[in-house]
Amino acid sequence: MKKTLLATTVLALGGFSTAAMADLAVAIAGPMTGQYASAGDQIRKGAEMAIADINARGGVLGEKLKLEIGDDACDPKQAVSVANTMVNKGIVFMHGHWCSSSTIPASEVYVEADIPMATVSTNPQVTERGLKNIFRIMGRDDQQGLVAGSYIAEKFAGKKVAVVDDKSAYGKGLADEMAKAMEGKGLKPTLRESITAGEKDYSGIVTKLKQAGVEVMAYGGYHTEVALILRQAQAAGLQLTVMGGDTMTNSELVTAAGPAADNVMFTFSPDPRKNPDAAPVVEKFRAAKTEPEGYVLYAYAAMQLFEQAATTAKSTKYADLEKAMRGGSFKTVIGELAFDAKGDQKAPGFVVYRWQGGKYDYAK
Amino acid sequence: MAYALQQLINGLTLGAMYGLIAIGYTMVYGIIGMINFAHGDIFMVSAFIAVTAFTILAAADVTSIPLALTFVLIVSIFFTSAYGWAVERTAYRPLRGSTRLAPLISAIGMSIFLQNSVQLTQGARVKPIPPVLEGGIVLWDAPGFTVQIGWSQMLIIVTTVILMTAFTWMITQTPFGRQQRACEQDRTMASLLGVNVDRTISFTFMLGAALAAVAGVMVTVYYGVVDFFIGFLAGIKAFTAAVLGGIGSLPGAMLGGLLIGLIESFWAAYLWAEYKDVATFGILCLVLMLRPSGLLGRPEVEKV
Repeated sequence: MKKTLLATTVLALGGFSTAAMADLAVAIAGPMTGQYASAGDQIRKGAEMAIADINARGGVLGEKLKLEIGDDACDPKQAVSVANTMVNKGIVFMHGHWCSSSTIPASEVYVEADIPMATVSTNPQVTERGLKNIFRIMGRDDQQGLVAGSYIAEKFAGKKVAVVDDKSAYGKGLADEMAKAMEGKGLKPTLRESITAGEKDYSGIVTKLKQAGVEVMAYGGYHTEVALILRQAQAAGLQLTVMGGDTMTNSELVTAAGPAADNVMFTFSPDPRKNPDAAPVVEKFRAAKTEPEGYVLYAYAAMQLFEQAATTAKSTKYADLEKAMRGGSFKTVIGELAFDAKGDQKAPGFVVYRWQGGKYDYAK
Repeated sequence: MAYALQQLINGLTLGAMYGLIAIGYTMVYGIIGMINFAHGDIFMVSAFIAVTAFTILAAADVTSIPLALTFVLIVSIFFTSAYGWAVERTAYRPLRGSTRLAPLISAIGMSIFLQNSVQLTQGARVKPIPPVLEGGIVLWDAPGFTVQIGWSQMLIIVTTVILMTAFTWMITQTPFGRQQRACEQDRTMASLLGVNVDRTISFTFMLGAALAAVAGVMVTVYYGVVDFFIGFLAGIKAFTAAVLGGIGSLPGAMLGGLLIGLIESFWAAYLWAEYKDVATFGILCLVLMLRPSGLLGRPEVEKV
C-alpha cells in the first residue's frame, strides 16, 4: 500500500516537474498532404530549421521551443479543426495557414483563443476583417495583381491576353486584380475564363485559347493546374506564356510541366535568397540538401518574428506579443519586417520572375 | 467549324476514358447489384503501377515506344486485376447475402483505404513522367485554326474501339460471357445449372479492373502526371456515365462516357467553362427524370 502511494506521489511529482519545465509550443499549419503538399513541405523544413537554431541559441525567454504541425490539406473545414486542435495544445504562436481559403476561417478560431499568427496567405480579406491577431509577412493579391497586370500591359502590349482563374478564394481574387490592372493600363483581356482545380483534362480551355489566338495567359491559381495546361497547350500546338502569382515558385511545376515551364512568369516578393543578411541561413539549408526556395525562408522568418517579439515583450502573453509585433521592427531572413494597423507588412514589394531551366530568377 | 472539330476530338478522348472506367461500375452492378465505389481508386492504383513501370523501363534504357507501351499495359493490367480480385475477395464476398447496404459501406471503406495507402506509400506529391508520345498529325489546316490530333489521343480512341469490340464479342459469344449473363439474370438458377457463381463474380471484378488499368495507362501517357486523388473525380464522372447510359448495360456505359466527355468539352467551348460540371449533372438529372433507368437501361421488372 505504502509502495503504491509512494509510486503515485513520485509519478505526480514527475508530472509536475515536466509541466513546470514544459516547452513553449509554437505551430505551423498548411497543406502537409493533398495536392499542394509540396508547399507544406517547404513550410515544415523552414520552421524546423528555425526552431533548431533558436533552441541552439537557448530558446525564447529561457524556454525551449517545440514545433506542432497541423495539416489542413487546403480544406477550409479541416483548417478549422486543425485550429481547434492547436488551441487545445496550448500553442503561443501560429505560422499559417497557407491557402487563403484556410487561413480566413481558421483565424476566427485563433482570435477567440488569443493566439497571434503570421501568415503568407495573400488574399486581401485575410487582413481586411479587423482581426487584431493576424500579421501578414507576404504582400497582398491586390498588390501582386497590380504588378503582374501592369507588367503584362507593358511587355505584351497589342497581344491577346486571357485571364483565367481556378475559382478559389486566392485564384479568383488574384485574377480579378490582374485584369483590373491590365484594363487600367489600356489592355483589355480577350477572354475571361474559370477552370475547375483538381481535374486532369484542360484540353477544352486550351482549344478555346488557341481559337481566340491568345498568346499570354494571366492565371490566378496553383501550380499543379498550370503544369497540366502548359503540357496540353504544347500538345495542341499552342505557344502560351503564363503569368501567375506567388504559388508558381514551386519547383514541382518544372517536374510536371517539363521544358514548357520556361514559359511561366510569376510575381513574388524580392528573392530572400539574395538578401546578404540571409546568406548564412541559406548556406545552412543548402548544406542540409534543402533549396530554400518558395516559402522555406518565410517560415524561418515567421519563427524569428516570434522569437524577437517575445524577447522585446519579455513575455509570451497574447496582449504583450501583439503589442510588440505591431509596434516593432524585426530583422529576419526575408529582410526588415514591420506591420501597419491592419497587420499587413509595410514594405512588401513584388517582383516579376521567370522560370528558366529549372530555376527562377528576376525576369528581364 | 475547325474549332468544333477540335473540341469533338477532345471530347471523344475524354469520353473514351470515362467509358472504359464506367464499364467496371456497370458490370459489377449488373451481376451483384452493388455500386463498387472503390472502382475509381482501382483506376488510380493502375495509373501508379503504370508510372512505376515507365520508371523501370526508363532505368532499363528501353527506347522503343510500342514495346514500352505494350509492357506497361501488360504489367498494369496484371497487377490491377489482382487488386480487383483482392478487393472483391476481402471486402465484398464475406458480405454477400447480408443487407444491401453492407457491401456499399464496405466499398466506401475500401476506396478510402486504397487512397490513403497510396498516399502514404507513394507520397502526396504529383508523380510526373516525361512525355512519352509527343506530337501528332494535322488533320485540317483551316484559316486561323489548325485541327490537330495527338498520337496519344489517337491511341486512346483506337484502343477503346478495339477493346469494346473484343469485349462485346466476349460477352455475347464465349462460354464465360454466357455464364456472366446467366449470373446477371438469376444467380440461384445459374448455380443450380452448374455455373460457378463465385468464380464468375471474381472474374467480373478482374475484367472491370483490367479495363480501368487500360484507362489508367492512357491517362498516364496523355496527361503525364498522376496523384493519389485522381480516382475520386474520375470515379464520380465514370459512375455518372454508367447511370446516364443505364446502369447494368455495357453499351450504355460507353455511350454515357462519350456523352459526358462531349457535353463537357462543348459546354466549355461555347458556354461558360466554370459551369461545365453543373451542365453535366443537370443533364443527368433531366435524363433520369424522363428515363429513370438511363438511356439504354432496361427497367427492372419486379418478380412476384
